[in-house]
Amino acid sequence: MTNHWIDIQYSDAMLVIGGNPAENHPVSMKYVQKARDRGGKLISVDPRFTRTSSKADIYAPMRSGTDIPFISGLIKYAIDNELYHKEYVVNYTNASFIVHDDYKFKDGIFSGYNEDTRNYDRSTWTFKRDEDGNILKDETLKDPRCVWNVMKEHYERYDVDTVCAVTGTPKEDFIKVADAFCSTGTPEKVGTIMYAMGTTQHTVGSQNVRAYGMLQLLLGNVGRAGGGVNAMRGEANVQGSTDMALLFHIMPGYNPAPTQSERHKSLAAYNENETPASGYWSNRPKFMASFFKAHFGDNATPENDFLYDYFPKSRRNNSHIALFEAMYDGDIKGFITWGQNPIVGGPNVRKEKAAMEKLDWFVCMDLFETETATFWTKESGADPSKINTEVFFLPAAGPYEKEGSVSNSGRWMQYRWKAIEPKNDSRSDAWFVHNLARRLKALYASENGPIAAPFKALDWSFGDGDYPDVDLVCREINGYDLTTGKTILNFTQLKDDGTTSSGNWIYSGFYPDAAPGEEKNRSKNRDNVDTGMNNYLNWSYAWPLNRRILYNRASADLEGKPWNSNNEVIWWDNAAGSWVGHDVPDFGAATGPTDPGWKNPFIMRPDGKGELFTNGMTDGPFPEHYEPYESPVPNAFSSVQLNPAARIWTGDYNDKGDAKDFPIIGTTYRLSEHWQTGPMTRNNKWLAELMPYMFVELSEELAAEKGIKEKDKVIVSSARGEIEAYAMITKRFRPYEIQGQKVHHLGMPWHYGYQGIAKGSIANYLTPHIGDANTMIPEYKAFLCNVRRAEG
Amino acid sequence: MFEVSRRQFLKLSGATAATLAIVELGFDPHKAKAAAKELKTARTDVTPTICPYCSVGCGILIHVKDNDVVYSEGDPDHPINQGSLCSKGSSVRDLYTTDRRPKKPMYRAPGSDRWEEKEWDWMLDRIAEKVKETRDSTFVVNEDGIPVNRTEAIASMGGAALENEECYMIQKLMRGLGLTFIEHQARI
Ligand code: SF4
Repeated sequence: MTNHWIDIQYSDAMLVIGGNPAENHPVSMKYVQKARDRGGKLISVDPRFTRTSSKADIYAPMRSGTDIPFISGLIKYAIDNELYHKEYVVNYTNASFIVHDDYKFKDGIFSGYNEDTRNYDRSTWTFKRDEDGNILKDETLKDPRCVWNVMKEHYERYDVDTVCAVTGTPKEDFIKVADAFCSTGTPEKVGTIMYAMGTTQHTVGSQNVRAYGMLQLLLGNVGRAGGGVNAMRGEANVQGSTDMALLFHIMPGYNPAPTQSERHKSLAAYNENETPASGYWSNRPKFMASFFKAHFGDNATPENDFLYDYFPKSRRNNSHIALFEAMYDGDIKGFITWGQNPIVGGPNVRKEKAAMEKLDWFVCMDLFETETATFWTKESGADPSKINTEVFFLPAAGPYEKEGSVSNSGRWMQYRWKAIEPKNDSRSDAWFVHNLARRLKALYASENGPIAAPFKALDWSFGDGDYPDVDLVCREINGYDLTTGKTILNFTQLKDDGTTSSGNWIYSGFYPDAAPGEEKNRSKNRDNVDTGMNNYLNWSYAWPLNRRILYNRASADLEGKPWNSNNEVIWWDNAAGSWVGHDVPDFGAATGPTDPGWKNPFIMRPDGKGELFTNGMTDGPFPEHYEPYESPVPNAFSSVQLNPAARIWTGDYNDKGDAKDFPIIGTTYRLSEHWQTGPMTRNNKWLAELMPYMFVELSEELAAEKGIKEKDKVIVSSARGEIEAYAMITKRFRPYEIQGQKVHHLGMPWHYGYQGIAKGSIANYLTPHIGDANTMIPEYKAFLCNVRRAEG
Repeated sequence: MFEVSRRQFLKLSGATAATLAIVELGFDPHKAKAAAKELKTARTDVTPTICPYCSVGCGILIHVKDNDVVYSEGDPDHPINQGSLCSKGSSVRDLYTTDRRPKKPMYRAPGSDRWEEKEWDWMLDRIAEKVKETRDSTFVVNEDGIPVNRTEAIASMGGAALENEECYMIQKLMRGLGLTFIEHQARI
């Protein structure tokens, strides 16, 4: 989230798309309702009439996988009807930049495409520069090659009629959404976009989010109270676990993970190739050196390049799907899971289960015996005698049986204190990882040589007790001034000379300036007095630097005054010579009207502007519509059917469905009473009673066509497999008319499995191994299927 | 600069809370009724936590008495939820009181159709041995003249349900061992 939950109340229009907060983030509806009480409009766009839709002022149905046409239609609508926020667009975005002469787009393909590798060379997705390297601009937006006009031309094809033919949205509903949401393109009004996995779980998932970002920039809604682009995350700490880089492609704090490449062959090469000349990332070498000082401790010195060479370098895609493909191919011998249950939650479960059966050993740490823990049992459909995997199940302590912080969607880092000792003989994950590290340290102690060396160099100083000292972990994450031994004030103090450390620079500042033994953990802050505009600056700690609204310089106009006096975030105080207000400025606090960066609110970007045109995506500088991997219709916008940069996996179990055999669009969703793959809710007697069975939700029309009645047992099939479920027939799904053709849509929850009290079929037996071109997030949300009554 | 605020957390004792409730009673019978309800949880130790489910981050108070979780409720002081919770957040007590949590670490031998209960020490020794054996036999120090120091034969997955400190420690150990297959829920 650029903003936070409580801030939603300041919104004049809330576009909820690809998410269903009334069901999945129920308490957030408090603030949606507050906004409505003040006259704000709730807009729900979803393939299914959800619980959020039932509370909405406007509902628009949209076929799963057509966010880009829908949002592009809104972009064109805002441009054509001059509903955009002109001053914001001209000054705070790159609308005026002149695009490279060789940039082109033709029939679904951008310049630089290589068909054989399915990759783009992005060198033309850039800007024209003068001899001094300055980007050429036309602030009148008249130059035909400025971003504004190139963008206008790109979206010319996304007229309301074509868009509605593709999305299946009734035209009058689309116009209602467009009028309501684009009405926020003025300084007086502000709108927010709230999304979740309905947005990201597509082969164009990242571009879906980017389309939202572009629309928000056009309407001048980023950086403002009640605005922003807000990911409603699914788990209590999926924000924090991402920040901490439990993902192959990043290091803690979003530095790219080094790869086996010329670009990254040494620390000097890495810093040279990954550090822009301007923008906040120009500090990258300081973050890197400080990270390695935390990672390797005293062993890292400027002379040995902070042991950069010892840090692992990846040579391939290691993302979720690739990981299971590699496991299936026998490359992965040992596997450890920490509270994750891929046998329910992974795509194409049949393949992922077959992959696990090839492991030599598997360690599963969880609160309950999950489907993944028991992948080898008869109940899972396996023959245990044929599976040679050694399996270790480690009972994990529950969330209030240990202490530490979690970061919510608004980046609030909140502390959870320990209420009771771990149940039974369970231990926290921290205890296990700490003791495993100590065992391994002991095993390697007497070994020398190049294999032992990198591990022996790892610093592991979390106390001598049986339990790790969480406070020491917190200090290490924050970082130290190594010359004084105190924790560092914040990341602005980090250096690249080895005198500072920080395990995760974006969190640096949550534990500031503390001498040993002095407790200053700001995630423990519990002062609930509103410090202004409901930002609660003394409750918990929000990274970076306790900012609650990212890019908040954009909440003020060219003179540094709030765009709207009812919606103040920060403003320039001429007398004081600094930015002041209700939030920590996301800007140089003393950057004033005569300073060069005054009109550059997007400080992480080298040029300080919001990107309507970008070089940062693998699959295009503008979002462009491609159909899902499995789709019943041809792409109406070009002759290119699938995202041309999406990686396709072939081989065993990776069959692709055809609309002839599987004419129905399937999607998955969550229920209020269950959570993710279900171990913590399907084992809960109260929640299991509330939502006991797996079902598939069908429209009345589809049920009638198939002769299915309410509560019938039905079989849902896809090219990957079949599952059984109860039929739930509702008016919430309706047949879609897509390009003149009737298309059915169905949906089902993905929480169920064969363990726990509430049991049911695993929906992900149906979903494919294909992912987004940028993030490789699987396309769970749009696949082809069929449905029939179960025999007998 | 950072200052300790007046409402910095102090572990509340139920006894103190109950005394305060009685002092505030006065003679209003409605208030007395409300207080009587509170007294059921008197003498409990109350600890604030954050809901382990979705990312709204609602505050929850856990009441512990005689080494058992006797009650849980929405934290009225929490600025986001102000005491309210959804069905999942309301049910967190059962995470402790349930009898469905495994009692001991469990081991399944190759080809076996059952778990055997084991001690933590045994598990840790065996897992450390497996990790070392797999790492050492697959570790690549250099490739194409570039120091790569990695093993692709071990994969780590998960962390979104854990705390920041745990996530940091896991990534540290896994990268310290040379893993590149490090993934979790955020990807899917
Ligand atoms: S109580 Fe409900 S809304 Fe609040 S954090 Fe928990 S799951 Fe989310």
